[in-house]
Amino acid sequence: MNTQVLDGGFADPAPQAARAFRAVMEAMARPGTIHCLSGATPPAPLSVAAAVAILTLCDTDTPVYLAGDMDTPDVRAWIAFHTGAPFSGPATCAFALGRWDDLAPLSAYPIGSADYPDRSATLIVAVDALENSSQNLQGPGIQNTARLSLPEIPAFQANHAHFPCGLDFLFTCDDRIAGLPRSTEVS
Amino acid sequence: MTEQAYNFAYLDEQTKRMIRRAILKGLAIPGYQVPFASREMPMPYGWGTGGVQVSAAVLCPEDRMKVIDQGADDTTNAVSIRSFFERTAGVETTTSTAEASVIQTRHRVPEMALSEGQILVYQVPIPEPLRFLEPRESETRKMHSLEEYGLMHVKLYEDIARHGHIATAYAYPVKVEGRYVMDPSPIPKFDNPKLSDCAAIQLFGAGREQRIYALPPYTSVVSLDFEDHPFEASKPDHPCGLCGAEDSYLDEVIMDDAGGRMFVCSDTDFCEARRLAGHKGKDAA
Amino acid sequence: MYVAVKGGERAIENAHAWLAEERRGDPSVPELTIAQIREQLSLSVNRVMAEGSLYDPDLAALAIKQARGDLIEAVFLIRAYRTTLPRFGASAPVATADMACDRRVSATFKDVPGGQVLGPTFDYTHRLLDFKLAAEGETPPAPQREADPAPVPHVTGFLNQEGLIEEAPHDDTPPPDLTREPLKMPADRSLRLQALSRADEGFTLGLAYSTQRGYGRNHAFVGELRIGTVPVEMEIPELGFAIEIGEVTLTECETVNQFTGSKTEPPQFTRGYGLVFGQTERKAISMALVDRALRWEELGEDDTGAPAQDAEFVLYHADNIQATGFLEHIKLPHYVDFQSELELVRKLRRDVQSTQTKEAAE
Repeated sequence: MNTQVLDGGFADPAPQAARAFRAVMEAMARPGTIHCLSGATPPAPLSVAAAVAILTLCDTDTPVYLAGDMDTPDVRAWIAFHTGAPFSGPATCAFALGRWDDLAPLSAYPIGSADYPDRSATLIVAVDALENSSQNLQGPGIQNTARLSLPEIPAFQANHAHFPCGLDFLFTCDDRIAGLPRSTEVS
Repeated sequence: MTEQAYNFAYLDEQTKRMIRRAILKGLAIPGYQVPFASREMPMPYGWGTGGVQVSAAVLCPEDRMKVIDQGADDTTNAVSIRSFFERTAGVETTTSTAEASVIQTRHRVPEMALSEGQILVYQVPIPEPLRFLEPRESETRKMHSLEEYGLMHVKLYEDIARHGHIATAYAYPVKVEGRYVMDPSPIPKFDNPKLSDCAAIQLFGAGREQRIYALPPYTSVVSLDFEDHPFEASKPDHPCGLCGAEDSYLDEVIMDDAGGRMFVCSDTDFCEARRLAGHKGKDAA
Repeated sequence: MYVAVKGGERAIENAHAWLAEERRGDPSVPELTIAQIREQLSLSVNRVMAEGSLYDPDLAALAIKQARGDLIEAVFLIRAYRTTLPRFGASAPVATADMACDRRVSATFKDVPGGQVLGPTFDYTHRLLDFKLAAEGETPPAPQREADPAPVPHVTGFLNQEGLIEEAPHDDTPPPDLTREPLKMPADRSLRLQALSRADEGFTLGLAYSTQRGYGRNHAFVGELRIGTVPVEMEIPELGFAIEIGEVTLTECETVNQFTGSKTEPPQFTRGYGLVFGQTERKAISMALVDRALRWEELGEDDTGAPAQDAEFVLYHADNIQATGFLEHIKLPHYVDFQSELELVRKLRRDVQSTQTKEAAE
């Protein structure tokens, strides 16, 4: 086993996970806001932000799907060692991790049911840039409007149209994270 | 003084992750009740176990926590929950609404407008707003999924027909972002307008009923009403006897066995701050 | 001049100090030891283990001592402790057919292979207060004989050979875990049985009794009741086989119920099942009756509207820790809600009075 696998997790899990969760929660509660995460040194191509989000949210109860380039033996070994999360395909995952193009099509993921819209996947999207620019966001968590650089528009509009079902997104870039819940209207 | 035998904020990390995931889904679907595997806590069900679990899942070591029950920081259950977090999380506590980053509450929303960065955690006894109209979970779940809230409107309208008013004074149902009908917890309806367009994150925890729900900041929350009977956020028609406030929710205190009574702010921090600022009610010394 | 009541903190501390003193009682009377409770109040210990879902007689005895003998409070202490324990894995299903039985009776056959073993039972005792116990006399040892090494097969197995009782096919699906997932409806049988196994004994007894009196009647025979110890084994992935990690005492009850057949099933006997920690036979029999009543749908029986047939009603109200917490929470201050109700009632009364005055004037 690559010894690097054993490193790079939280040194002090309870407070580190608590702080990370607060940032992730703020990101999801206030779409368009960008937050910094720290505390993990994952193997490439996993970013710090994506790795911290995984350490904070994933465990043996959450199947994880690794899309495209993200599915490397090092990433698998690191996630398995630090979280115990099982790996799955997109259809049964709780979390999916990958670049936007690799994660497509969104129809592959569970969006919940009318009775239980919460039984849906959260996609952790690796992006090259994360800025308060480009697309307009409106909806819960946003006073008037917000802006966020999203990889496209139609997919998020289609996702929003499923509300209350739908997918939720966390965009990660280096140590930064932003959220886009299904409730947000993108234009 | 933190109790070392337990993890930070009492809950183990796996339980916190489960609750945190439920909170995120709750925020993504405002007003929808997310089922979660509530744990047995060292305080009884019905005494705030849902709120305590939500608070434990969001607390950071740097937080300053405020706990109120009936608006007051010094009610016994508020004291008990505050000392639980002092012991298990070692967080600083405060009675000041403005200084608190996490506020756990039972039955009240603080009078002072909350700000960004604050989290308000509600203790919820019965999260299902339709429960007293339909006791079956399988049925109410269907009603939410079909957005079929006719029964609730019928109930409210029957009140009007019988009494001339909607006879619901607390736990007054609201509609969130035009979609889910939600129980705001047993706050007086006076507090309902504070839920809407609030700058803070509002989280609701029902431990015994195993539900978490949430309102992201700036979410639209509308109290159910009818055009000819608009919702009214009423309160006792008196100023506070101690601080003179005309716009705060009041407790009625019986003063003597001759039936003498006075009205005082239920939000103790609000009242104290006003008195410190020199405001004086008619019963103040 | 009015000063708001303060000092909740000191009041709580003082109340707790008083509680501790009351728990101890008269200090001139020797204090109970955990071992005394474990050995001499073992049926209380068993109930606390069963409803607390934690098999540890010493902890249960400690909880009983701390709770001043209030068994629901003791169950609560155990549950709250249990949730903080790390979970290393799940044991293999216990094989109750291999139970070392202290007691084993069947009401359906006069004699069966393995025999009728009465064991330590209150049955057939005359419920006369034994004043000798007040005098702390020594108990003479009970007569002994060698245990019969022959296996004690399940009685329902004999009916099964004739095809007279419904099949209980082997199923390896991992059961859901009530303590780790929120209760969801409809609940399958394994989830119902889990909930019943830790359900309040009094509530379960009352429901079971109601089925006997016609509310969801399904006439039950105790096909078999067995009490004894079974080994608990756990699969260790690193070893590739299961090892014994201890043993637990269980009470198992299988009822044999009349069934005249339905659209989908031929006339045959059906089963109700109860399995509970410790010697807890009232609970295990009650559980089996309620289990059988809840099976009406899968057996194609009529829903008679009986409480014991209503899975939502039974499962949402059977947990005494949930029930007692919510019941007792109404002791907490509710004056904000009450104030809003007061105001409403005053307003409604004003309206009624003004209408009456108006009517009188007209």
